[in-house]
Amino acid sequence: MAADTALRTAPLTSPTTPGWARWANRHRKWLFAGPAMAFVGVLIVFPLGWTVFLSLTDAEGSVRADKSFIGLDNYLEVLRDTDRFWPAVLRTVEFTGVALLFEVVLGMAVALLLWRPFRGEKWVRVAILLPLVATPVAVGMMWRLILDPNIGFANQMLGWVGIPPQPWLSGEKTALMTTAFMDIWQWTPMVILILLAGLTSLPDEPHEAALVDGATAWQRFRYVTLPLLMPTVIVAILLRGIDAIKTFDILYATKGKGGGSFHEVETLNVYAYGLSFDYNEYGIASAVLILFFLIIVGSMWVLTRRSKEA
Amino acid sequence: MVGRSKAYRVFRVAALVVVVLVLLAPLVWMVLASFKTTVDIYDASKAIFFSPTVENYTKVLQQANYAQYIVNSFWVAFVSTGVSLLLGVPAAYAMSRFSMNRSSLVVLMARVIPGISLLVPWYYVFSNLHMVGGYTVLILSHMFVALPLIVYIMMGYFDSLPIELEESAQVDGLTPIGAFRRITLPLSTPGMATAAILAFIFSWNNFMFALVLSSAQTKTLPVAIFNFVGYAAIDWGGLMAAATVVTLPIMVIALFTQKYIVSGMTAGATKG
Repeated sequence: MAADTALRTAPLTSPTTPGWARWANRHRKWLFAGPAMAFVGVLIVFPLGWTVFLSLTDAEGSVRADKSFIGLDNYLEVLRDTDRFWPAVLRTVEFTGVALLFEVVLGMAVALLLWRPFRGEKWVRVAILLPLVATPVAVGMMWRLILDPNIGFANQMLGWVGIPPQPWLSGEKTALMTTAFMDIWQWTPMVILILLAGLTSLPDEPHEAALVDGATAWQRFRYVTLPLLMPTVIVAILLRGIDAIKTFDILYATKGKGGGSFHEVETLNVYAYGLSFDYNEYGIASAVLILFFLIIVGSMWVLTRRSKEA
Repeated sequence: MVGRSKAYRVFRVAALVVVVLVLLAPLVWMVLASFKTTVDIYDASKAIFFSPTVENYTKVLQQANYAQYIVNSFWVAFVSTGVSLLLGVPAAYAMSRFSMNRSSLVVLMARVIPGISLLVPWYYVFSNLHMVGGYTVLILSHMFVALPLIVYIMMGYFDSLPIELEESAQVDGLTPIGAFRRITLPLSTPGMATAAILAFIFSWNNFMFALVLSSAQTKTLPVAIFNFVGYAAIDWGGLMAAATVVTLPIMVIALFTQKYIVSGMTAGATKG
């Protein structure tokens, strides 16, 4: 707010400035923000509105086909669908929950290891960066080879320590957790980076005080570091959670349409995609998407509420 | 840190070696496999020592039209990043300086919305306009990822720049827009580099939008890789060569711009 008044009291233009420039300077707020807002309005707000509209119609088949208004029928149909919808919700929760849990715990562990400077730090940082920027579809294909039940190196390694070969992605029960593992491999680095940034910005004094008081390493972490770092942990959970719940690339790249022949990895996002573009059920797909969106916003709201209470 | 025992130091080194191995070994495996013949890929004894061949790469680049897909990926990422910078940087500036909280919230909502919920209406509108399959639609869809990211990073950056610099520039006779152009913008180069690099990477890696909105001619690399897997037995060598072709450029960029990527990924994480 202080910035606001300061700018307005400064002389906006000199008498020699041409008229259009004076106009531009006076209206710079909307001149600057306008184009981006227009883009967002046309390509995001309007389409979202259309999705809401489609969810209330029986749109399907061709995009040029006639559609009629059917009220909340799509929503009722989706909510009663225990065959595809609810299992997809469950898988979404399972995938996101497992991935987030491991990413935050492992991310915290590695961030603590990296906290104080050491020789060779540069190399560790490179290793952390590479999975993060790798193309998810390529990552999916890479794991498909490594985890292939017959020729993959993973089962080869298990064989060395006497563990029988696992079906990984091809198993009806193991597929979802295997994709969660791929997500953990790729995105734990992001949590590491965020938590590390948080750790390095922490003040030294509380730790020194705890040390003087004779606190053990665990006590220092549990009662000093963790509470101080909590806001950063929440941000990491939020940022990663939003992306994890929307995971699509590795699921579709490794299991294809419908999340595999038994829908093993069909999360809400994969389900909505399949309804839209494999089956052209636009009306139902839109209802699923709106429900999905509400689930995302709802869980974000709960998370931020809980973190404010804490 | 005081009082670190020798045992901890040994443990720390060992643990970090394991972390590095787990993160890098799969990528190394992918690159190795891309230089193997199908026979060698199936042979576990040829895991690390084998006679390398570039056959997979010549096959992918010549037969599968990958040169075109590389150009497509680059062009779409480049233009969507550029246009998003043009729109996003001034917008982020206005939102930061005029505390436009509600407007910025709308832009940032884009990070939360599932991309598919936009893809359906886009597909409706753009196929009625006969634009599906063209570059324009692809670029617009990738801007949906790039623009909010750029606004998010740049708002944080502008918030951290002292307002006094602009004020003194205006006292010295610059107009507000002049002060933005000649003082703020040059000072924001690191922020813009961060935003641009991240936007480029996310656009390059994007799969879902191109999967629906591209045609055989405008296909980007991630879609091309996905289509590589047919119903027949997978050509693992070719697939790994294709995966390496899409991943390697982005990794090289990442190595040279490490600092920016890290600051972009952690943007907004440590503020209050």
